[in-house]
Formats: sequence, structure tokens, C-alpha cells
Amino acid sequence: MLDHLWLIPVFPALAALICGVWGRRLQRRAGWVAIAAMLLSSALAASATAAFVGAPDRPPIRYVLFDWIQVGALQIPFSLLIDQLTVVMLVVVSFIGTLVFIYSTGYMKGDPGYARFFSFMSLFAAAMYLLVLADNFVVLFIGWEGVGLCSYLLIGYYMEKDWCADAGKKAFIVNRIGDLGFVLGIALIFAACGNLDISHVSQHAAERFEAAGWLITAATLLLFLGAIGKSAQIPLFVWLPDAMAGPTPVSALIHAATMVTAGVYMVARCNALFALAPVTMAVVGLIGAATALVAASIGLTQRDIKKVLAYSTVSQLGYMFMALGVGAFATGIFHLYTHAFFKGALFLCAGSVICALHHEQDMLHMGGLRKAMPVTWMTYLLATLAITGCPLTAGFFSKDEILWRAASAGSLLGWILWVIGLLSALMTAVYMFRSLYLTFHGPSRVEPEKRAHVRESPASMTLPLILLAAGSIMAGWIGLPQWLGGSRFEHFLEPVLRAGRESIAETAGHAFELAVTALSVAVFLAGWLVAHRFFLTGYPERAERAAQRFGFLYRLSANRWWWDDAYNAVIVRGFMHLTFCLGWLDQHVVDGLVNGTGRAAASLGDAFRWLQNGRVQFYAFAILRGVNVLILVLLYGHAGDLLAEVARFIEMGVILNR
Amino acid sequence: MDPVFFPANLLLSLAIFSLGVMGVLWHRNALSVFMSIELMLNAGNLALISFAQRFGDSAGAGLVLFVMTVAAAEAGVGLAIFIRLYRQRSTVELDKADELQG
Repeated sequence: MLDHLWLIPVFPALAALICGVWGRRLQRRAGWVAIAAMLLSSALAASATAAFVGAPDRPPIRYVLFDWIQVGALQIPFSLLIDQLTVVMLVVVSFIGTLVFIYSTGYMKGDPGYARFFSFMSLFAAAMYLLVLADNFVVLFIGWEGVGLCSYLLIGYYMEKDWCADAGKKAFIVNRIGDLGFVLGIALIFAACGNLDISHVSQHAAERFEAAGWLITAATLLLFLGAIGKSAQIPLFVWLPDAMAGPTPVSALIHAATMVTAGVYMVARCNALFALAPVTMAVVGLIGAATALVAASIGLTQRDIKKVLAYSTVSQLGYMFMALGVGAFATGIFHLYTHAFFKGALFLCAGSVICALHHEQDMLHMGGLRKAMPVTWMTYLLATLAITGCPLTAGFFSKDEILWRAASAGSLLGWILWVIGLLSALMTAVYMFRSLYLTFHGPSRVEPEKRAHVRESPASMTLPLILLAAGSIMAGWIGLPQWLGGSRFEHFLEPVLRAGRESIAETAGHAFELAVTALSVAVFLAGWLVAHRFFLTGYPERAERAAQRFGFLYRLSANRWWWDDAYNAVIVRGFMHLTFCLGWLDQHVVDGLVNGTGRAAASLGDAFRWLQNGRVQFYAFAILRGVNVLILVLLYGHAGDLLAEVARFIEMGVILNR
Repeated sequence: MDPVFFPANLLLSLAIFSLGVMGVLWHRNALSVFMSIELMLNAGNLALISFAQRFGDSAGAGLVLFVMTVAAAEAGVGLAIFIRLYRQRSTVELDKADELQG
């Protein structure tokens, strides 16, 4: 079985082909084809997981499928690698992916693009598998761009609506900026190492790069720019909230659980490189923290339930980068892993609600759905508890470990990150419970004609919800903090993420860790309490009064820190002006040159037009003069005579044409 | 036949040829131009004959026969063209037939 693990991405790719080509004939069966492919891949992923969990120190399995590019010094084999980190990602992608596919058969029921949807989703799964399996930066890049392409296709799935198509384009274009950095980073690594196999580069990083030198700093910063784009960090996070234009299962799988975490995965995969560049690590941590804070603050005031979750995703990704920034690579991956469960669950719950309310996404038109949709409510509650860090849930362990790692890093940066992290955790608790209360509790604000039709979603949708909610609670139990016996998750990843380990202080005592944890729990409770007072018991008067009192802060949050407006004003408008200038240049200078060439030819023709006047006798005269010239030249060879003859001839022509 | 003073022959030929050229260039009527061309041809014939007699080489005299044949054929074709031209525009003035211009 282990010899055939390279087949993991092949099954979904085949499903994408089948659904894409024979979609019309398959109709509803397209969903079954896609799910079958996902199950096959999941089985292979499970066997890989079993192999690595059973033998903790197993060396990585490497496959070289074929020699792909061989040009001089550039040798790029199509190589795949399975190690402990890959296994974690395989578990996330296959588990969440399969559940989302099953959910989609319910959510997309009756949609005219049903087969197209499953074709794109399968293609996404294939690209994502390739991304996590790649052992070569170029192969990784195929997966990287593949998931980006599928993201674009699925955001713009409802392409007949302009704003959906625009959101897809926005995601694609913003990601281009990051990808440019990524490609340049790969080029730098090739220039320094002469090899692009990640395992090879990681092994020889210390020999090839001077620690903390400018080369490794530049290379890692460029790689991180790619991660910023893909994982929606400041300043490139603006595409992710717009990406919610796609169908909700897409948001759950691509824009919450898997694709957007590719940046985190990539940084962790290159941990040997990043560990050599302390400046980059500080940048990673600070950008992560800033993103966590800004996105969480925006999430506080959004009305669209999917927008709340989108900003929450951005914020949580910031958390992951914060962990990576302090060198706690395993902790960042742990949060990636737990986040996939609860954010997947939250998005699918939101989809269930949106479906029941006939595509109503505004939380101010929801409320009181608890009774009508008990399963959705319960799973949303559990996932909310997980993301806000309720003790003993998955999110509690992962988020708490990030905060503890930051606090125990023993540097000023660590403390700054910790304070920002706590602040973001407080806001996370507030906005998540706000969304819970506004959607499921309080009086119903659903439009009357829809209210009677609100039903719990079918089993194909609730079953994935229940499984993901269970995961939200239990997935974290493999990563217990040290005062509960230490993290088996971290231990499992140790062979891959060795580089970060050295920079993490292990000496901090249990008392310190407990104190940090207690503070986190206090923050969780405070956030819950605030949300309870403002959005349940005192809603809406108290919330409105608060919005008025903190007018500027409210506007800052509601207008998303004017981030999009600033981009529009500076970049989009600037680009429009530039294109206008270039357009003028094209019309007047370039076209002028082209038209001028034509006009020059025409006037040259005009200058000689009198020669071709159609009069036979004029031609005879020209022949006579020509003969005269020849005779004179032959007899005397005087150039002056020749010129005189020509002048007489021209004079005659002018007279004739008068 | 007494040999004629050779340069006088050539001078006559030159004079006739020049008259022909002037006729071709200055006459407006196509028939006049045509006749001028015949003059030029026969001036050429005269020169050929003179040279043949002067150098005792009959090849020049032979060539004259060919020129006369070609001139006769040319006259036939040319006159046919002029008749067509006249039927089309009721005139054979060359200045009026200048459509082939740029």
C-alpha cells in the first residue's frame, strides 16, 4: 500500500476529468463519482497515517515519479515526499474534504452547475494533495497555483452575477502579487543551492546559507510573501472576505480549512530555512499578530454571517503565523489542524442556515433559529466554543499553546505577540458569540414569508456537521499542554520540524504555563460575557449605545479599516490613471507613428505621380531623353551632362502637367 | 548603281529620323504619329542599306527586308487599334487617351 501513495492526488484528478467531460450525462451521479475518488484517496491517506503513527521515527517516504525538467544545471524530478508533516495535512484534507463533498450533495442539490461544481472541487482536492505531497519547490508550485486556479473558478461559480465574477478576479489578482514573491524566492534558493528538492535544500541549508545573512533573509521573505497572498495576511488579506461569493462548501473547504492554510504549511515545510533568518521570523510573527488583531476587530461588526467567519479565518491564520514567528512550527501546524475542524464546521453550519433561509446571509434577518434547526445550532455552538477557546475543546489547546509559546519565547517580541494574541482572543470570543446569538437566539427577525418554511437540513448536510463538531471538541486531545502530560502531536512532528525546537524555551515551569492558561480562560469568559450582555439580553439597545459611544472605533471596524477603500483610491485608481495615460500615448504617439508611415508613403507617391500621366508621347519623350543620356555618357562620361538631361526632362514634365 | 557619297546618305537618314522623332513627340493625331514612326523606321532602313553598300556586307540589306515586313504587320495592327479607338471615343487624338495614369 505504501508504494502506491503517489496515487492520492490521481483519484480526484480523474474524478475531475470524468465530472467535467461527462457531467451532463452523469447529472447527480457526478457527486458520487467525486465522493468515491475522495474515499479512495482517504483510504490511502489513512494507510500512510497508520504507517507513521505506528512507527514514530520512520524515515520519510520519497517517490520520484519521473524526471520532469532537465536543462543544464536545472534538474527537476517530479518528486513526492511523505513525512509526518505531510501526514497531518493529508488527514486534514482527506477528512474535511470528504465531509464537505458529502455535504455538497445536499447543499448544491438542484443546482444547474452540479457536475461542474464537483469537477472543480475534485480538481481542487487533487491540487491540494499535490501541494502537500510535493518534495520539490516546482512541484509544490504546481499545486500552489492549482489550488489558486480552483479557488478562482469556485469563487466565481455563480459567474452570471457580476460581483461573484469580480470577487474571483480579485482573489486571483491579489494572489499574483504573493506568487511573484514565491517564484522569486524559489529562484533565489536555486541560485544558492543549485537544487530545488525541499528535503535536499532543508538538509543542506546551514551549509549553503550564512545564518542571518542577507541571502537567506531575502529568500525567506520572498517565500513568505507568497504565504501572505495565499493565506490572506496583511496587506494582501482583502481577497478572502470577498471570496465568500462562492458556494458555502467552497468557503468551508478552500477558504477556511485547506487552501488558505497552504501558506502556513509552506513556511513550516521550509522551517530549516526560516530558522536561519531571525529577521524573517520576526516579520512573520508581527504580520501574523497584526492580521489577527485587525481581522478580529473587523469581525466584530460584520452583518453577513459568512463575512464574520471569513474575517475570523483571516484572524486565525494570523494566529498560526504568530506561532511560526516565535519558532513554534509544530504549534502553528497544530492550530492549522484544529482550526480546520471548527472553522469547517462553522462554515457548513452557516451554509445550512443560509440554505434553510433561501440564501439569506444577513444576521440581522436571522435570530431564533435554535428551535427550528437544533442540529445546526448545537454543532455551531460546539464549534464556537472551540474557536473561542473554551477549556478542553480543540481550539483551547491549540490557541493556548500559541499564546504560551509567545509568552515563553523570552523576548520583547514574544510579549508583544502575546498581548496582541490575548486581545484578539477576546475579540474572537465576542464576535463568535455575537454571531451565535444573532443567528440562533433571541426573537426571530426572519422575513415572515420565509419563517414558516425554515426546516432542519437533510442528513447529507447534518452528518458532516456532527462529525466536524465532534472533531472540534476532540481533535485537540492529541496535543495536550505540558502540565497535562505534553503534546503527542508535537512529538509526532518532531522529526520534520526540528529546526524550530531549538529556539523554544523548554525551561519555563508549569506554574507559568498554568498562569498563562488561566489568563486565556479568563479572556474567553470575559468575551462570552460581553457578547451575552450586548447581543442577547440587551440586544439591540445596548449594542447600539456602544456603537454610538465608540463612534470612531465602530466606523473603523464596520468600514474594515478602510483597507479596501485605500487600495481602491491608491492602487486601482492609480492604475486607471496610468492606463488612461498609456491609452493616450497609444492613440496619439504609437498610432501617429503607424499612420505617419502610411501618410509618408502616400505623399511620396504623390511626389512622383506626374511621371505616370498616361500620355504616350510623354513616355516616348522619356525614352528619347533616356537614350540621349546613355549616348552622352557613353561618348563623354560627363556627370554634368547627365544631370542637365535629367533637369530638362523634369522641366518638360512640369510644363506638360500644368 | 554608282556609289553615293556615304556621309550624305547617313546625314539624310539622320534628318529623316529626327523628323520622325519630332513628329512622334509633337503630333496630336494618332495617324500622324503613326506615319512619323514609319519615317523613323525607314530612316533606319536607309542607314542599314548605306552601311551594307559601304562595307559590301549584304546582311544589312537582308535585315531591311525583315524591318519592312515587321513595319507592315505593325501598321496593320496599329490601324486596327486606331479604328477601335475611334469607334469608342470618336477621336484619335492621343492627348484624349490618357486614362492609364496614376
